[in-house]
Amino acid sequence: MAEAQRTTRMWRNLNAKIAAIPMVLTTLVVFVGGTAWTVLYSFTDSKLLPRERWVGFDQYERLWSNSRWLTSIENLMIYGVLSLIFTIVIGFVLAVAMDQKIRFEDTFRTIMLYPFALSFIVTGLVWQWILNPEFGIQSIVRGLGWESFTFNPLDNPDLVLYGLLIAGLWQGTGFVMCLMLAGLRGIDEDIWKAARVDGIPTWKTYVLIILPMMRPVFITTLVLVAAGIIKLYDLVVAQTSGGPGTASQVPAMYVYDYMFQAQNLGQGFAASTMMLLSVLIVLIPWAYLEFGGRKHG
Amino acid sequence: MADATLAAPTRAAAVPRGARPKRALSGRNIMIYGTLFVFSVYYLLPLWVMVMTSLKGMPEIRMGNIFAPPVEITFEPWVKAWAEACTGLNCDGLSRGFWNSVQILIPSVILSIVVASVNGYALTFWKFKGSDVFFTILIFGAFIPYQVMLYPIVILLREMGIYGTLWGLVLVHTIFGMPILTLLFRNYFSTIPEELFKAARVDGAGFWAIYAKILMPMSLPIFVVAIILQVTGIWNDFLFGVVYTKPDLYPMTVQLNNIVNSVQGVKEYNVNMAATLLTGLVPLVIYFISGKLFVRGIAAGAVKG
Repeated sequence: MAEAQRTTRMWRNLNAKIAAIPMVLTTLVVFVGGTAWTVLYSFTDSKLLPRERWVGFDQYERLWSNSRWLTSIENLMIYGVLSLIFTIVIGFVLAVAMDQKIRFEDTFRTIMLYPFALSFIVTGLVWQWILNPEFGIQSIVRGLGWESFTFNPLDNPDLVLYGLLIAGLWQGTGFVMCLMLAGLRGIDEDIWKAARVDGIPTWKTYVLIILPMMRPVFITTLVLVAAGIIKLYDLVVAQTSGGPGTASQVPAMYVYDYMFQAQNLGQGFAASTMMLLSVLIVLIPWAYLEFGGRKHG
Repeated sequence: MADATLAAPTRAAAVPRGARPKRALSGRNIMIYGTLFVFSVYYLLPLWVMVMTSLKGMPEIRMGNIFAPPVEITFEPWVKAWAEACTGLNCDGLSRGFWNSVQILIPSVILSIVVASVNGYALTFWKFKGSDVFFTILIFGAFIPYQVMLYPIVILLREMGIYGTLWGLVLVHTIFGMPILTLLFRNYFSTIPEELFKAARVDGAGFWAIYAKILMPMSLPIFVVAIILQVTGIWNDFLFGVVYTKPDLYPMTVQLNNIVNSVQGVKEYNVNMAATLLTGLVPLVIYFISGKLFVRGIAAGAVKG
């Protein structure tokens, strides 16, 4: 009897289970399996091919004493913090401006969002050209008579990250503006009416009432943008190739080079595991706030 | 940013409460439109420069201003970028990358959308034990850096005998498109009343019949959103193209980067910009045609289910 019940339960929904095979394989084999495999093999001294010669934390020690990796991490932190701040501030300011019942809203939206449709490769190459010292902004300002004007971030190790930032913000801020605008539009009209009745100035309403109400939107944006920053790769490859020297190296580049160019898989695995760790540091508090709270509340 | 913080108080001071009509040229409006205008210049500048540069001859570029329109319009850089630009020893232009990208794009878009829509459907109406666990892992998978999974997938594809082929890349795009698309479809399907589904079941329709005859026709908008999302995403991919294909099969983005950033030869900036524009053309056309649906597509990832 119990046996028969179990078999019927297994056969129930059979088609749905067959249909879910790709998803089950993807999650178990690629996402869970692949991640676990990489983490495991980061403890080996794999070179050209993966091999099971365990070396403990050797790869990590080598990683954290490699100056190129340290530069990558530092770059990512600086770029990440600046990018997060500017993306969110610009996104919010533009969204507030767009929310003032302006004319040509659709035109402005189209203009702000089209870079988001373009790849990072295209973005990087265009800005490489605009920032080109011989022909771009620098030469034009000099041509206007200001002979000593210097604006050549891509050839200056101290400024190259800002060159990347200009391009990255160009590509991504329109998207964040759209998220924020959707958040602003989602706020109940009655809140505005109540604030107006109470005579609270508009800017105060935005700062004191609307901003706190948009917390979920900000958190979502933060997570999306942060996850994107950690993956930062194409833009750097196209715009600076990591140079000048190693001045604009990022972790994703380090991983790629060690895995597929330098034939030092173990280093690549260790570096990618560190990337995973940094994502988890961002993700776990968010998941806890988002889903953990709901369960109890 | 400073403009906007200034903008708000001016508005409060200038506009009296009540329903008096506002002047068109108030300080507040100048601030708002000024901010939007300045940013619009920032956003439009690269497109302008790309188009202008690609229509000039090299002598004019060397002499002139990258923002200035061409004195003499030439389409030669476009022809050259499409048919003659070199990557390494190959000099057959970007057209090869374009066709590679098309060949990668079409099966990837179809396969990923079919798989994800069926997933979303099963997760909404045919929940089985553990289905939500898989869904949660899938969504978390969207945040795992690709770098962690790059090499295991190389091994998988090699075992399957499709490493370095177009089909290998198609499979990779299907896998990495799955989290966001499944979420998209699940969210959409869960707005469909369950009574409809139950009625169909009472009438004897099975899993696939309900999907093909009821759900699909009802959900065309979300399929369009998914197509937009995938076409732009897959077309713009660089990392997977580099890792999972061979130079002959490189997608357009990879070939573009190789053409522009190659160290050999004289740099032909006009050809480079024509090539860049050509690569950006497909997603741009999709963007301008799709309009609001594009916004919906990209926002879909951010909307919680």
